[in-house]
Amino acid sequence: MSGSTPITYDDVIAWINTFAASVRDQKEYLTELDSAIGDADHGINMDRGFQAVIGKLPGLPNRDIGAAFKTVGMTLVSTVGGASGPLYGTFFLQLGTATAGREAIGLDDLIAALDAGVAGVQRIGKAEPGDKTMLDTLLPARDALREAAASGASLQDALARAVAAAEQGMLATIPLVARKGRASYLGERSAGHQDPGATSSYLLLKAAADAWSGAAGGTAN
Amino acid sequence: MKKLINNPERAVDEELAGMAAAHGDLIRIIEPNVVLRRDAPRPGKVGVISGGGSGHEPMHGGYVGMGMLDAACPGAVFTSPVPDQMLAATKAVNAGAGVLHIVKNYTGDIMNFELAAEMARAEGIEVASVVIADDVAVKDSLYTAGRRGVGGTVLAEKIVGAAAEAGADLKTVAALCQKVQDNVRSMGMALTSCTVPVAGKPTFELGEDEMEIGIGIHGEPGRTRMKLAPADEITEMLATPILDDLPFKSGDTVLAFVNGMGGTPLMELYIVFNKLAQILKGRGIAIGRSFVGNYITSLEMAGTSITLLRLDDELTRFWDAPVHTPALRWGV
Repeated sequence: MSGSTPITYDDVIAWINTFAASVRDQKEYLTELDSAIGDADHGINMDRGFQAVIGKLPGLPNRDIGAAFKTVGMTLVSTVGGASGPLYGTFFLQLGTATAGREAIGLDDLIAALDAGVAGVQRIGKAEPGDKTMLDTLLPARDALREAAASGASLQDALARAVAAAEQGMLATIPLVARKGRASYLGERSAGHQDPGATSSYLLLKAAADAWSGAAGGTAN
Repeated sequence: MKKLINNPERAVDEELAGMAAAHGDLIRIIEPNVVLRRDAPRPGKVGVISGGGSGHEPMHGGYVGMGMLDAACPGAVFTSPVPDQMLAATKAVNAGAGVLHIVKNYTGDIMNFELAAEMARAEGIEVASVVIADDVAVKDSLYTAGRRGVGGTVLAEKIVGAAAEAGADLKTVAALCQKVQDNVRSMGMALTSCTVPVAGKPTFELGEDEMEIGIGIHGEPGRTRMKLAPADEITEMLATPILDDLPFKSGDTVLAFVNGMGGTPLMELYIVFNKLAQILKGRGIAIGRSFVGNYITSLEMAGTSITLLRLDDELTRFWDAPVHTPALRWGV
């Protein structure tokens, strides 16, 4: 049963570490995307935040997944700045609230947590789908994950579908005219460029798929 | 990248240490990166704070002192500061009369200031916020993040700071800040891009014969790229949308502010001012006060912005009031 596939505390830490490494690796790419339609700092700011995050994770006192997500969220709010700090910070704080006190979660819990995280991003960012933001990646990914779970897919299969949907969502931001954030100042000139926030959100989901490709679910193949 | 820095990651920290060393009689730096008026909190006085990304010097840290800001929160270059900074600043300047947050209209600044205001209120501090959004280059519509806060911010900080210094209460100070916002309009242009130290290369490329019209203050591209034109034509391109927007009318008196983006000599700013004065005269608008120089910049960007504030006696009086900060000093 897909819903019972356990994602352990260690899996969650592995996800965050994998994403931090991915952000570091893609720092210049994210910044380059941002220089086309923003202010050339997305990769730099996300990297500063996640370097602070990975410094804090080993010091956590217990194996509470919710507490780990909350630490990630608070650290991002306190170190990233810009819009990404509050947006990603809120995302992880909401994940933390949804998984408070848990040492392991299933796919259904992950979907519920993502629901809460995405709702938090929508609430403070006030963006709609199609505004050329991180939501254009997160919403289709969450929906794909939910559909996959409903059809009985394994965690790995469901994540693979979510990553594919995220990638499509990310690429679909290219022709869009931005309606939120700094890219919106460009008006029509923002079309033709991939959104940096949608790109980092894709990397976030891909990091989960990569980190859990064999670790969770008990079987590597 | 050719810059007078030691380490891109440390640029803001070293800048703040330098400011403390140079202006220790006016300001001090407290953790986490807050420029604080030396003698804050002032008993009975409303605290006035602002903040934003670094790279706009002298805004905002250079405006901390008597008659202007009580504290400023500098973020990383072109990145809004984090809520921890605004919370620390709010607590440090609060003397029981409440604190005004002057926030430039950028998505990140709004979110981070909102979070900080919520936290401060939770600690029992009365906080009011006014958003400055004066850039007419951005259409204020449902389809944008709204107008950016640019040159009008400097004028708001000066005028509001003077009122707070004179003992006005929080409600009055906030209303005055809103009055400045309601009467101020700006627009800017760039001749060159600028390089964020940690990015290491220019944010955008402009050809030798090109300019960018309608830029903000973060090295972000503007609305249109055009062939370079003479200063008089550029001044028309900036002044006309400003004048038509409010609109400024014959008989009005304005504060005319020609600002340099960081890499433009005063000679050129005065050439712009010369044309601006002619345009205003042609429309029957009097220049009550003038302000020319690099006051809200975009690192080493070459370019200019024009800001016009419609004056009345109250705004003029607070503009003229004494100020003593690292970057502005008169009347003392």
